[in-house]
Amino acid sequence: MTIAAPTTRTIPAIADDVPEFRRSVLRRAWIFCRRQPLGTFGMLIVVITAIAGLSADWIAPYSPTANDFAAMTEPPSWAHWLGTDQFGRDQLSRIIFGARTALIVGFSCAIVASVAGMVLGVGSAYFGGRLDLYLQGVLDVVMAFPLIIMALAVVAIFGTGVHNVIVAITIPLIPRCARVLRSSALAIREVPYIDAARACGFGHNRIILRHMVPNVMAPYLIMLTAFVGQAILAEASLSYLGLGVQEPVPAWGLMLQGGAEEYASTAPWIAIFPGLAIALTVFGFSLFGDSLRDALDPKLRDR
Amino acid sequence: MYRYIIKRLLLVIPTLVGAAALVFLLMRLIPGDICVVRLGSGGGTFDERAVQACHAQLGLDRPMFLQFVDFVWGFFRGDFGISMWSGKPVLYEIAARFPVSLEIAIMAVVIANLIAIPLGTISALKQNSPIDLVIRVFSIAGLATPSFWLGILFILAILDISQAAFGSPWMPPIDYVPIWQDPLRNLSMVIFPALTVGYRTSAVTMRMTRSAMLEVLREDYIRTARAKGLVEHIIINRHALKNALLPVVTLIGIEAAFLIGGLVVTEQVFNLNGIGRLFVQSVQNQDYTMTQALVMLVVAAFVVTNTVVDLLYAWLDPRIRYG
Amino acid sequence: MSYLMNGVQVALPPSPTQPCGLGPPSPALRERVPSAARRVRVRRSGLLAAGLASALSTTAPPLAAETPKSGGTLTYMIPADAPPSLDGHRETTFATVHSAAPFYSVLIRVDPNNPSSTTEFVCDLCTAMPQPTEDGKTYTFKIRDHVKFHDGSPLTAADVAASWNAIIHPPEGVTSARESYFVMVNKVEAPDPATVVFHLKFATSAFLPALADPFAWIYKKEILERDPHWYEKNILGSGPFKFAGLETGQSIKGVRNPDYYIEGLPYLDGFTGIYAEKQAVRVEAIRADRAAMEFRGMPPASRDQLVKEPGDKIAVQESDWNCVNLVTPNHKKKPFDDVRVRRALTLAIDNWHDAPALAKIANVHTVGGIVFPGSPLAATKEELQTIAGFWPDVEKSRAEAQRLLKEAGAEGLKFELMNRNVDQPYKYVATWLIDEWSKIGFHVTQRVLPTGPFFEGLRNGTFDVTVDFNCQAVVNPLLDVGKFLPHSVYTENYGNYEDQKEIGLYQQLLHETDPAKQRALMREFEKYVLDTEAHMFMTPWWYRIIPYRSYVKGWKISPSHYLNQDLATIWLDK
Repeated sequence: MTIAAPTTRTIPAIADDVPEFRRSVLRRAWIFCRRQPLGTFGMLIVVITAIAGLSADWIAPYSPTANDFAAMTEPPSWAHWLGTDQFGRDQLSRIIFGARTALIVGFSCAIVASVAGMVLGVGSAYFGGRLDLYLQGVLDVVMAFPLIIMALAVVAIFGTGVHNVIVAITIPLIPRCARVLRSSALAIREVPYIDAARACGFGHNRIILRHMVPNVMAPYLIMLTAFVGQAILAEASLSYLGLGVQEPVPAWGLMLQGGAEEYASTAPWIAIFPGLAIALTVFGFSLFGDSLRDALDPKLRDR
Repeated sequence: MYRYIIKRLLLVIPTLVGAAALVFLLMRLIPGDICVVRLGSGGGTFDERAVQACHAQLGLDRPMFLQFVDFVWGFFRGDFGISMWSGKPVLYEIAARFPVSLEIAIMAVVIANLIAIPLGTISALKQNSPIDLVIRVFSIAGLATPSFWLGILFILAILDISQAAFGSPWMPPIDYVPIWQDPLRNLSMVIFPALTVGYRTSAVTMRMTRSAMLEVLREDYIRTARAKGLVEHIIINRHALKNALLPVVTLIGIEAAFLIGGLVVTEQVFNLNGIGRLFVQSVQNQDYTMTQALVMLVVAAFVVTNTVVDLLYAWLDPRIRYG
Repeated sequence: MSYLMNGVQVALPPSPTQPCGLGPPSPALRERVPSAARRVRVRRSGLLAAGLASALSTTAPPLAAETPKSGGTLTYMIPADAPPSLDGHRETTFATVHSAAPFYSVLIRVDPNNPSSTTEFVCDLCTAMPQPTEDGKTYTFKIRDHVKFHDGSPLTAADVAASWNAIIHPPEGVTSARESYFVMVNKVEAPDPATVVFHLKFATSAFLPALADPFAWIYKKEILERDPHWYEKNILGSGPFKFAGLETGQSIKGVRNPDYYIEGLPYLDGFTGIYAEKQAVRVEAIRADRAAMEFRGMPPASRDQLVKEPGDKIAVQESDWNCVNLVTPNHKKKPFDDVRVRRALTLAIDNWHDAPALAKIANVHTVGGIVFPGSPLAATKEELQTIAGFWPDVEKSRAEAQRLLKEAGAEGLKFELMNRNVDQPYKYVATWLIDEWSKIGFHVTQRVLPTGPFFEGLRNGTFDVTVDFNCQAVVNPLLDVGKFLPHSVYTENYGNYEDQKEIGLYQQLLHETDPAKQRALMREFEKYVLDTEAHMFMTPWWYRIIPYRSYVKGWKISPSHYLNQDLATIWLDK
């Protein structure tokens, strides 16, 4: 354990009979919360969003796609907490279901991109030589394309819709992850025990999985949280351009497109709440990721 | 050192060719026939002969490999061909729209750095204090807020505030005039998109400045300087900042990518006739030549900028220079 | 010329129970109007509109005494990202017309004072409207004297004939978008420099309205012969304005033509058309007086927002629009080859009840059949209610739909609706349709494509069901309903079906000259297309709302955003 051992005062009493390992994790988490208030706040937002997305079917008061022509563009009221949009659809329900779409897109892109990036980055660092050179060349080329441009091109090829948007956003994220993880992995590659392990006859898989991967976990986790936020923003931008998720699927970026601008003066709640939802969620993920990095990176810790 | 420079410069060429191949491939993968799209876009009728004539005119009836060679060779010569949508030379279309984007980009970078470097430094100096918290929240908000949403809110705020203050709503001009023709009009048009894009860019720089500063402030020589009794602000300005700004320099390359992405969406929001908007239009119109040219330009700018930055970094950092 | 404009009829201010400011029920729901003249509804904004109807009619400027003032530049928005080309013969997009129509003359056109009329046309380059001779198969036009192109060279009948030949019989490699409208024309010739003669293959009342096409610009014969593609990127016309510059992707400018052949016109010194695809930008520009108006049509929400401005600054003109969105099932894809499933699709929709609500958020309004509401050939409400999709009792209608689906074994069907990436009203209509279909158990997703790939998808038939459209310029029901004919006859039909009986019905309709019999045949055709075979079906007709700065005078709304765009009669009261 690298954290200075706190006294057991900091652990809730009920955890007294919890096994040692669990207690240490709880302890670490508690220290994290105390030292990183912003990070805790971010984590709270992430958790709330996740709960909203997962339990949308139960907690949303209305169906997100039911048009109600008797209640068009109504301001927030007791019947509709966040108002209704121009079709009479309840905003709160749409935002709750939108959380689901956002998280699906965000996590799919982040997980796939970071796993692929891990494979490519660590593999490239481990095997080195020509493979490393060519792979880096290819990744450099893909990385030279700004994210939105690459995403636009992919959407143009495959069409719009949730699945294609996920592909479109994942592709540009992979090389960015691979790059970072490669530099971390390179540092470990140079350590003598890797060569020693090879000399002992250990297979590539074992060495990579047991020695290299655990050491890139820190940047990996940070990239993962960063990607979720970036993916959500990218999806919002694509939907704003009309090339992302399509009606009537509830998605925050889609809610900001078209109708929101049209009604921005007369019914500002249509434009404000989805934008706020996006900003808060990405904000939460970024804060959390930041604090994670601060906690995991020994150089930045307050002495 | 010189070997490093040569190696770095040589790497540019395969990257560009690779990017050209990728964009060429992507364009050809987009389903549909550009000529059919072009001729039938209004829903009108057309006949097969017109489509074939269009193919011949655009060189689409030649083998793929020849088209690619033509494209790459043309790129290095500076000849990007004719836009498939409007029939005018690609360079002409891009040149007409380039000034707006360039102006916004430059202003955004200037604004961003003016905000970010001081704020990032303060944030590092007062780590974990309330000021640090506020600045960090501000910077993360910049990263988290969708730029188009910010733009929408901006425009609305301008209209409503001017209406409340002056009785009638005021909006920035919607047609572009170059800065030397009418500076006030030009600036009033460009400032708001520049602020929108600049805020996001500044967020990245702010965070990088903060973390670089934090690293530097823990270095031994800073401790020594303090022990020697040097005044704090001399330590910051003369020793810490110079070293901390080194990684920030590398950020310029990455900032360029953020900028382009920000431009694409912001130009839609503010209805600016820039290359970001041109890009979206040409992808939607399946204008191969235009999209290829635009992407190549962006990629080339990105690659060149990064190369220059890498070299600059190598030159500025004595450890690399003499190591 | 006198102008009938502001103050013709003033609509009541919006009431809480009645849809926003929409006046009396539209003609489709009334007895058909003998003359097709449409009433123009005009509203004044802000304080004046606060219930002071009588005061309004006295404070409105006296009509006959309004003398047009010369001078000023009109700035307007063009809701597009620049047209693909500036050649009116080739393009069908309004962006081309809004950009370049002021530079050109046409042979005949709708009356700028009464552009909604479907039967009255006036001369532009000709001297008088001719009567057809030889059993209605020959039209002889006399061309004006002293008409000059903007480069100084004279315009003669030879130019007129050459331009029309380029439209009707385009040479190899040249696209003419309206070739199919003129199948009735045998040849066009110019026997002398002041006469143009059209020889038709058969007499039909559809010819003159087709001739008044707003895209039928008169080009210079010499240039057409030298380079038939010249006009795609260049402008040389004889119209009220001279070309003064095109900033690509940004704006197009014109200046007054001092040698215009109509005395006194144009009033404006010049115009600037600014390209802006984003609707929010256009609305804001009008709100902040950066531009005076746009000529396509705005949704009700934008009108409401603009009209809220204090003072008398915004006027509004509204009209039914000769455009409608249709739903076209792909007859080649199962189960849409089964007429029962198609009928179920249309029976599920509650047009009557939902149209007023939709009219508040989208630019649609009138429930109608296949003919433009307000035309003499249009169906009355009673006649419509016998057709599937227009039944007065929607529960009965949906029950029937369920029954048909059960019979066809297609309950709980999942399919994809293809649509165009345009908000108003395409995407709004689609959102409404998808919800309606969910009420009979369909699960519909949407595939939205940008304009280009959308048309490709239509042509290649790569869709299950698609949102379609029928947008025409001059109201010409006989030609307009050609959209419902199979592809073998009408190239812009995308339903992928064949139907000889339908073609037979249509031919009868086209050749019938007695109005009463024609109307009866139209009803038969309508029921066959929408109900019996349910080839395609209707959604509410579009509705054109033009809010504009009230200092713009001299422009009258028409049922089409292609018409009346040469700006010659516009003047600014500033």
